[in-house]
Amino acid sequence: MELFLKIAAAAVFILMLFYLWPAYKHWQEHGPKAQKGDWQAALLPLGAVVVFVIVLIMAVR
Amino acid sequence: MANPGFTVARTAQSAISTNKVLKNTYLLLAATLGFSAITAMLSLALAVPPWAYMASVIVAMVLGIFVLPRTANSSAGIGMIFLITGLLGFGLGAILSMYLALPHGPQTVGLAFGGTATIFLGLSGYALTSKRDFSFMGGFIFAGMMVVMIAIVANIFLQIPALSLAISSAIILLMSGFILFDTGRIARGEETNYIMATYGIYLSIFNIFVSLLQILGIMGDD
Repeated sequence: MELFLKIAAAAVFILMLFYLWPAYKHWQEHGPKAQKGDWQAALLPLGAVVVFVIVLIMAVR
Repeated sequence: MANPGFTVARTAQSAISTNKVLKNTYLLLAATLGFSAITAMLSLALAVPPWAYMASVIVAMVLGIFVLPRTANSSAGIGMIFLITGLLGFGLGAILSMYLALPHGPQTVGLAFGGTATIFLGLSGYALTSKRDFSFMGGFIFAGMMVVMIAIVANIFLQIPALSLAISSAIILLMSGFILFDTGRIARGEETNYIMATYGIYLSIFNIFVSLLQILGIMGDD
C-alpha cells in the first residue's frame, strides 16, 4: 500500500510538473518585468515571513 | 474625443467588479477553510491511518488539475472546490492525529495554525494596501515551484530529513510569494473567476500550514 501510494504520488507530482510548464513559459515570456523598487517591495514581506518562522522555531525549542 | 463620463462609468464598473470578485473569493475561502476543519475533525474522530493523507492529496490534485478548471465557470465548480478542500482537510486530519500524539504536539499544531493565519493575514493585508503589481514574480514563482516539485518527487523515495526541511522552507517562501501574487492579481481585476482565485489562495494556506507543521515538528525535538 505504502509503495503503491509513493508511486502514485510521484506520478501525480510529475503530472503537476507538465501542468506547471505552460504557466512557467507564459510568465517567463509574457510576464511583466520588475520595475525599480518592485523586488524590494516583495522581499520586505518575504523577509518578515522568514523572521517570523525563525521566531516560531525558537518558541518550540 | 473621448467621453469622460463614459470613462468614469467604465472605471467605476471595473472597480465594482473587482471588489465583487475579492469579496466572493474571501467568502468562499472562509467557507472552504471551515469545511476543511469539519472534515479534519471527522478524520481525527475516525482515527484514519497516515496513508490517508497521501491518498487524499493525490485525489485532490488530480481533481484540481483536470476537473476544477473545466467546472470553474459553472455552479458545479462550487461543489468541486468543496470536494477538493474537504478531501484535503480529511487527509490533514490523518497527520494532525500523528502530531497531537507527540509530547508537545498540541502546542506545535497550535503554533502552526496561528503562524499560518498570521502569515496569510499579513501578506494579504500588505498586497491589498500596497496596491503594487506583483506579477513580475510570476516566472520566478513558477520556476521555484518546478524545482520544488522535482525535489518532492526525489524525497518521496529518498526520505532525507534535511531535504524534507529544505523543501518545507522553500514551500513556505514560494506560497508566501503566491499569496502576494494572487491577491495582487485579484485586487487589480486580473483574476475574474473567484473559484480559481479561492483554490489558489486555499492551496497556499494549506501548504504553508503543512510545511510549518513539519518544520516545527522537526525543530521542536518531537
